[in-house]
Amino acid sequence: MDQLIAYRSFVSYIDRSREYYGAQGYQKPYAWPRYDKVPFTPLAKPLAEARIGLVTTAGLPKPADPMKAMLYRRELYANPSAPPPSALYTDDLFWDKQATHTKDVDSFLPLNRLAEYAVQGRVGSASPRFYGVPTDYSQARTIHLYGPQILHWCCEDHVDAVVLFAL
Amino acid sequence: MSLVSRHLEENGLATVVVGCARDIVEECGVARFVFTDFPLGNPCGMPGDPAMQSAILGIALDLLARAWMPRTTVQTPYLWPGDEWRAAFMRVDDSNREALARAGEERRKFQAGLKKS
Repeated sequence: MDQLIAYRSFVSYIDRSREYYGAQGYQKPYAWPRYDKVPFTPLAKPLAEARIGLVTTAGLPKPADPMKAMLYRRELYANPSAPPPSALYTDDLFWDKQATHTKDVDSFLPLNRLAEYAVQGRVGSASPRFYGVPTDYSQARTIHLYGPQILHWCCEDHVDAVVLFAL
Repeated sequence: MSLVSRHLEENGLATVVVGCARDIVEECGVARFVFTDFPLGNPCGMPGDPAMQSAILGIALDLLARAWMPRTTVQTPYLWPGDEWRAAFMRVDDSNREALARAGEERRKFQAGLKKS
């Protein structure tokens, strides 16, 4: 035993964000999705034969042109995996900007690491594209728009399994 | 991200979510979840540590192949240096309560102005 504790050590982001926005005067807390039933699909083929796709909540980099940058809007996207992007846009996302940074893309979207596993034969291949999903206040948009579009792109790219990285 | 994972699973694609917000993912309910007890931002390992990133991705790939039922969570063995981030993130206490209330008020005024214009 390393220590005795009277509370859970894991940060509860549901509790923390409710208290934080409550302190800002937002009386109605965000309602997070919770399901009793959870769908499950077994992997249909060995990993060494499977094509793997990656999904991120990070956005494509903002344009360098200031005017275009002002008009930048987060959107759903599919982008070539090679060459991997050297940066992705994360400033607008809910992550701990005091404790860490997102300058190393592989720390939140491991395109290089997956390519290495494909070369080594641990996976069959990496999808030629990776996929970006905006973090949206609207769960309906995520369920009815983003999920189906990501599924469509994965089918186009003959992806067998998907690893999703929530920033 | 959990909702997208669920949609893919419902339509025959195996998935694994990799993240650091344990309560949000587990309350939603996903097929497979790789949890690392890090501050939000680096779900696949520390910046500049490709060995850790490979290991975490490898755990996710193994879980894809080996999980036999939904809600399977695996916690990686990695520890963030120091625990200060746990209390500091979105902290609310007497030192910032007034400032937060003021910031919320200003934001609502700004948003109301946007709606009018």
